[in-house]
Amino acid sequence: MRKKLMGVLWGLVPILLALLFTMVVLVIVGASPLEAYRNILLGAFESPEKMADVVAACVPLILCGVGMCVTFTAGQWNVGVEGQIILGAIFATWVARNLLWPQVPVLTLMVLAGILGGALWGAVAGLLKVYGKVHEIFGGLGLNYLAQGLAIWLIFNPWKPADGATMSGTDPFPGPAWMPHFRHLRVAPLAVVLTLVAVVIAYFLLQGTRWGLELKAMGKNFRSAFTLGVPSTSRLLIAFSTCGGLAGLAGAIRCSARYGRMIPDIAGGQGYLGLLVALLAGYRPQWVPLIALFFAAVGVGSPRLELNMQLDSSLGGVLRTSVVLAVMLVNGWRMLRARQVRRAVEEAA
Amino acid sequence: MKVELVDIHKYFGPVRANDGISMTIESGTIHGLLGENGAGKSTLMKCFSGYQSPDRGVVRVDGRPVSFDSPAEAIAHGIGMLHQDPLDFPQMQILDNFLLAFEDRILPDRRKGRKVLRELGARFQFDLDPDAEVTSLTIGERQQLEILRLLALGAQVIILDEPTTGISAPQKEKLFATLHRLAEQEGRSVVFVSHKLEEVEELCHHVTVLRHGRVTGEAEMPCPVSRLVEMMFGRNLPPAERVSVQPGQTVLRLEGVTVPSYRLQVQDVNFEIRAGEVVGLAGLEGSGQRLFLRACAGLEWVSAGHIHVDGQELTGASYQRFLDAGVAYTPANRMEEGLVGALTLSEHFALVDRHGSFFLDWNGVRERALKGIAHFNIIGRPDDPAAALSGGNQQRLMLALLPSHLRLLLMEHPTRGLDVESARWIWQQLLARREDGTAILFISADLDELLERSDRIVVFCGGQMESVHACDTTVEQLGYLIAGKGQTGG
Repeated sequence: MRKKLMGVLWGLVPILLALLFTMVVLVIVGASPLEAYRNILLGAFESPEKMADVVAACVPLILCGVGMCVTFTAGQWNVGVEGQIILGAIFATWVARNLLWPQVPVLTLMVLAGILGGALWGAVAGLLKVYGKVHEIFGGLGLNYLAQGLAIWLIFNPWKPADGATMSGTDPFPGPAWMPHFRHLRVAPLAVVLTLVAVVIAYFLLQGTRWGLELKAMGKNFRSAFTLGVPSTSRLLIAFSTCGGLAGLAGAIRCSARYGRMIPDIAGGQGYLGLLVALLAGYRPQWVPLIALFFAAVGVGSPRLELNMQLDSSLGGVLRTSVVLAVMLVNGWRMLRARQVRRAVEEAA
Repeated sequence: MKVELVDIHKYFGPVRANDGISMTIESGTIHGLLGENGAGKSTLMKCFSGYQSPDRGVVRVDGRPVSFDSPAEAIAHGIGMLHQDPLDFPQMQILDNFLLAFEDRILPDRRKGRKVLRELGARFQFDLDPDAEVTSLTIGERQQLEILRLLALGAQVIILDEPTTGISAPQKEKLFATLHRLAEQEGRSVVFVSHKLEEVEELCHHVTVLRHGRVTGEAEMPCPVSRLVEMMFGRNLPPAERVSVQPGQTVLRLEGVTVPSYRLQVQDVNFEIRAGEVVGLAGLEGSGQRLFLRACAGLEWVSAGHIHVDGQELTGASYQRFLDAGVAYTPANRMEEGLVGALTLSEHFALVDRHGSFFLDWNGVRERALKGIAHFNIIGRPDDPAAALSGGNQQRLMLALLPSHLRLLLMEHPTRGLDVESARWIWQQLLARREDGTAILFISADLDELLERSDRIVVFCGGQMESVHACDTTVEQLGYLIAGKGQTGG
C-alpha cells in the first residue's frame, strides 16, 4: 500500500517540475504564470464546444499512443507512425472517392481500409528491420517521408480538384463518407467508441495473452526470448502491423471526421506526439487516455494565450514537452538511484 | 624494462578471477602466460594494461610501483596490449588508425605519421599501404598495424592475447619473427597469452601457468610438455563409477555438415548420437564446439550437409521446428541468452508453454511455477524476477523450464559457476532423463565433469573433431588433446 502511494507521489514530481520550469519561462517573458495556466484551462474546458474539441483531439493521440505501447513493449522504436497515419488516410480516401454507397457500408469500409493501409505500412518497417537489418528508427523516418510524398503526389495528380490542386487538399468527400458529429459539436461518437475499444483490446492483449507476454520478453531481452522459443520474426511483424493498424485508423478518422477530405498535412505531427504519450504512459495502454487528454487540453487551450495575453501559443508546446523531459529525468534518476542502492546492498552482503 | 605484477587480486562478485597472482617479466624476453579458459589470464592482462584496476596488488615498473586507470595511462608507462579482436576502426584508413597514436596535437600531422608508419613497417617487413582502408586487411595485417601503433606510442612491454587465432600460417610465422626481433634485438618484453602448448614451446623463453586464478607453476623453456599439461589441468582423482544406459536408436544424425563463421569453420562433420547417450564436447573456447552445438539446435547457418532429428530432415529449418521435434538448448550465458531478467519466474513458465492457450490463465501458470520451484529446489518465488536469482538457481530455473519429454538436450556448461553439491544435483536430474530416451550433448571446460558424465567425448581443436571413449581416457590424455598435442605426448 505504502509502495503504491509512493509510486503516485513520484508520478507527481515531474509534473511539478515541469510546471515550475514553465513558470520560470513565463516570468522571464513578463507574464503571470497563474494567469497563463488559467487561460489554458479555460480555453480547453470553458464550454461544451471546447470540451468536444479536446475529446476529438484526444482520439488520434490515444490511437497512436496505444499502438506505440505495443511496439515499445516489444522493444521497438516505431517512429514511422506519421507515415502509417498517412497511409491509413490514403486508403480511406480511396474508399470515400470510389465507392459511392450508403453511409454504413462506406464508413465501415473506410475504417477497415484505414486499418489495412496503416498495418501494411507498419509491416514494411518491420520487414525492413527483420530482413533488411534496417534499424526501425531509420526505416520509420524514411517511410514517413515516402508516405508524405505519396500523399502530396496523389493530391496534386490523380485526386486533384476540378478547379486546380492546392495545399488545402482534395475535394470534400461525398456526404456518406463523413463520420457523423454529435449534434453541433465537432466530435464523432463513432471515433470515440472505436478508440476506447482499441484501448481495451490493447490492454488485454498486452496483459492477458501469450502474445503480449512474448512481446514483453522480446522487449526485455531479445536473445533470451528467442532461446525460450518465442518466434521473434513473426511477433515483430505483428507488433509493427498492430501499431500501424491503429495509426491507420487514426488517419481514417482524421480525414473522415475532422477534415472531410484528404489534406497533405493529414498526420499533423500526431505520430510524434503519440510517441511522447506512450513514453509518459510507460508503455501501459491503460494510462494513455489520461495523458492524451492532458496533451489535447493543452493543445486546444493554448491559442487562448495568444488572444488574451499576447503570448505565443507555442508555450503550450513548451509545457507539454517539459513534462515529458521531466518525467524521463526523474525516471532516469530513480533508476540510477535504485542501482546504487542495489550495489551498496550487494557490497555490504 | 623489468615489470613485476605483485599479488594481484580481482574478484567479480563471488568469482575469484585473480587470486593473488605474482609474475615477473624481464626485459628482452618473451614470457608465455598459459592456462585453460577461465584460468584468469585475460583478467590479469586487463589489470596489467589499464582496462581494469585490480582489487588488490601492485604493478612495478623497474622497481617503482605504478598505477593506471586507463589503457592510455598504461601506454604512457610503456605497457601496451594487443587484443584478440584488434581494436581498430575498420571504416577508416590505415593512416588514420595509426594517427590515433599521436594525441599531442589537435590536427594530426599526417606527413610525419605517414613517414613513421613507413619506417616502422619497413623495419618489420610489414606491407601496409597507409591509404588503404582497414576493412581490406586480414586479421593478421590488422594485428601488424596494431603492433606498429603500440610501438609508435613507445610501448616497451607488448601483451598479445591469443594472437594466433584466425591468422594464416605465413602470418603466424611473420608474427613470431617480429616478436623474436622485438625481444631479442630491441630489448622489449613480450607477454604471449595462449592456451596452445606448441606455440608457447616454439616461442617463449619463460612460462607462467595459471589455473583457477592462481599461479600453478613457472618454468624456463624448454620444458617437458607433460609438466606444462599437469600445471594447466592439474592432477585429479580417477573418474567415479558410471552407470551405463543401453543406447537406443539414433536421435541426431549429421552428415557432412559444415558450419562457417568469421574466424573458423567446423567442416564436413559426420556425427550420431543415440537415445540415452551422453556425449561431452571438450575443447578450449572458440575451438568450434559451440558452433557445432548450436548448429544441432538450428541456431547456426549450415552451409553444407544434412541434419536429421529422429530420421526427419531438419537442415536449414527454423529453431522453432527443432523445438517441436523435441530438441532443447540451454546456453552458458544464462542472463544474456537464456533467461529474461526482468520477467518473473511465473512469466517464464507461461512463456515456454509454447502451445498453450492464447489467453493466459495466470492462476494455472502460478501453480505450474510453484510446482517447478518445489521440484527443482529453486530458492525464489513465482513473482520474483529471474534476475534476482543466484547463478545456481538460475541454472535450476533453466532446467525447470525444459519440457518434460525431450529427444535431444543440448547444453553449454551445465554446471559452470556452481558449487559441487548443486552440480551433482543437476547431473542427477539430467541423467534421469536418459531413462526416458533423451540424448544429451553438452559442452564443458571441466575435464573431470567430461570424463565422469559422458559416454563419449568429442574433442574440438581449431574446428577439427576427434572422438574418444570416456571410460579409457585420463585427464592427462584429454588435456593433451584439447591443447592440440594429440596422444603422442602421453
